[in-house]
Amino acid sequence: MNANYKHILGGLAALLAAGAACAAGADLGQTQQQATNWTAIAMFGAFVLFTLFITKWAAGKTKTAADFYTAGGGITGFQNGLAIAGDYMSAASFLGISGLVFANGFDGLIFSIGWLVGWPVITFLMAERLRNLGKFTFADVAAYRFSQTPVRSFAATGSLVVVAFYMIAQMVGAGQLIKVLFGLEYHYAVIMVGIIMMMYVLFGGMTATTWVQIIKACMLLVGATFMAVSVLLQFGFSPEALFAKAVEVHTKHDAIMSPGALIKDPISAISVGMALMFGTAGLPHILMRFFTVPSAKEARKSVGWATTWIGYFYILTFIIGFGAIVNLVQNPTDYYVGGEIAKGLKGGGNMAAVHLSKAVGGDIFLGFISAVAFATILAVVAGLTLSGASAVSHDLYATVFKHGKATSEDELRVSKITTVCLGILAVVLGILFEKENVAYMVMLAFAIACSANFPVLFMSVLWKNSTTRGVTVGGFVGLFAAVTLTVLSANVWEAVLHNPKGSAPFPYSSPAIFSMTLAFFTIWLVSVLDNSEQAKKERALFPDQLIRSETGLGASTSSAH
Amino acid sequence: MSQHTDSYAQIRDNPKFKSLIAKRNSYAFMMTALMMIVYYGYILLIAFNKEWLATKIGEGYVTSIGIPMGLGVIVFTIVLTNIYVRRANTEFDDEAAQVLKEAGQ
Repeated sequence: MNANYKHILGGLAALLAAGAACAAGADLGQTQQQATNWTAIAMFGAFVLFTLFITKWAAGKTKTAADFYTAGGGITGFQNGLAIAGDYMSAASFLGISGLVFANGFDGLIFSIGWLVGWPVITFLMAERLRNLGKFTFADVAAYRFSQTPVRSFAATGSLVVVAFYMIAQMVGAGQLIKVLFGLEYHYAVIMVGIIMMMYVLFGGMTATTWVQIIKACMLLVGATFMAVSVLLQFGFSPEALFAKAVEVHTKHDAIMSPGALIKDPISAISVGMALMFGTAGLPHILMRFFTVPSAKEARKSVGWATTWIGYFYILTFIIGFGAIVNLVQNPTDYYVGGEIAKGLKGGGNMAAVHLSKAVGGDIFLGFISAVAFATILAVVAGLTLSGASAVSHDLYATVFKHGKATSEDELRVSKITTVCLGILAVVLGILFEKENVAYMVMLAFAIACSANFPVLFMSVLWKNSTTRGVTVGGFVGLFAAVTLTVLSANVWEAVLHNPKGSAPFPYSSPAIFSMTLAFFTIWLVSVLDNSEQAKKERALFPDQLIRSETGLGASTSSAH
Repeated sequence: MSQHTDSYAQIRDNPKFKSLIAKRNSYAFMMTALMMIVYYGYILLIAFNKEWLATKIGEGYVTSIGIPMGLGVIVFTIVLTNIYVRRANTEFDDEAAQVLKEAGQ
């Protein structure tokens, strides 16, 4: 590898990392606190009051462990689709992707596509099988015909590690965002998010968490639609006219119409693509939503709707990014530091959509979009906490420690204790990581989800010869490989551990292509070599598992316990 | 699960069940492959032929070929997903219901 090529790789890794960070909303960097925005605070306050009112209603319906984990299975496919879309359309994808389009044009589009393509994979391979085999957590599915203790322990570990990294990124993002959106201090955000989301989860369980997510998703879709339509209206609904004006005013001119530096090295590009595509099918807070609907039919409808909304939303963010280019550049005094374009946007590059909201809708709409962006983090953190709490109470406590003999009341009690612990932990981690570089964390969560959770789920459900030993060993190998290679990559080795530029031993932006392959290979190898009596029994159970996963015979009818 | 034991045995031997899962699985894997070809094809096109993607869609236009293609990938993803959902929720579910009915469920 010559020096020039290595240089290109390094640059690419940094760019991809920056892109991932944008989309994750984690690396808003060290933002500058802005003037207090009372309109935004008031609107956010109204959102919180309304959602707490919903939580009170939901609390009346949350009596059993099944209510807590799955809203009693009473969510429709359409509602669940919106809730899933809400989980996925984070502050990050809204602010990060529109910011990336604002800065680089075309490259932002490439990036958003990567975040969408995991959904068909879930639809085609996972949705109905998850619903038919599972009850409360994805571990129910992975461990269906296996020895419970080892597989559940793995699945709970996989869930909690993914939740932890995702959560830290969200909490730090919340702290940085509140400074620019509301003009309040970092710590306010972290503590406020911790307390409010704990109330949602603790009192309202899955019912409240789902409705908060649905409301937020609707607000975000309405707000983004309004912005995109306003922008298109300025150009008589001609995208060509919009692009022409953007090329004219953008400092990079015609370069924003062509792919830039986001993709250079094919291995990193494919690897990041795999992490996003298959990682989505291994995120515990997404997978748990498939248990809130009454049937496989509704589960499929959920993903159909979720994919539709998320795809629509990414098209909007692309238009919003270009709208920001044409609107903000022409008014540098209002939107740029010191009124100079060279100094960058006030509040940083991720603020493109927020500034555009003021340009098209004035102060009131700016307040609305700021409140929605912040509410987004709150809703996502609530979902993460609920999935972490179910991993601890349902998988570890009820199954591993109590061998399935825990009562519904006990399980519910443990869930609530865990929710409080996770809430406190989230606040503490949010404060501890304030000044740390957390840009790699969401990509790491995706890498682990695709290298550990997804292969285990896939092989246990679809491959008749897999065994307890195979999936447990393979899952842990994938988890370990994803974490190790991420630490050895430039995103952590150089950006966090401060080793010299170009010294990272692992040259690619994501470990997925290697760690996911290794996990599948290990599951196959260990299962093939497993000749134990237990393995024979497990293989003999496959035909019945297949019948249930394909027809829903005997599937948990959720609401009827 | 015990009350279903007979049904399981019945379904296992039902040729309709075998043909249902064979049909649905090959359809699901074909759709997955299609999605992967389109997505990774687009990514590799970007990696290997940026110049072509940067070509304008026509004389006097600013829009490059890559933009409608990229938006096309998003629309393709949405359409493909919903086509699968529709077929699975009607045709496949009807066949599954038939299999369950024959098993006395």
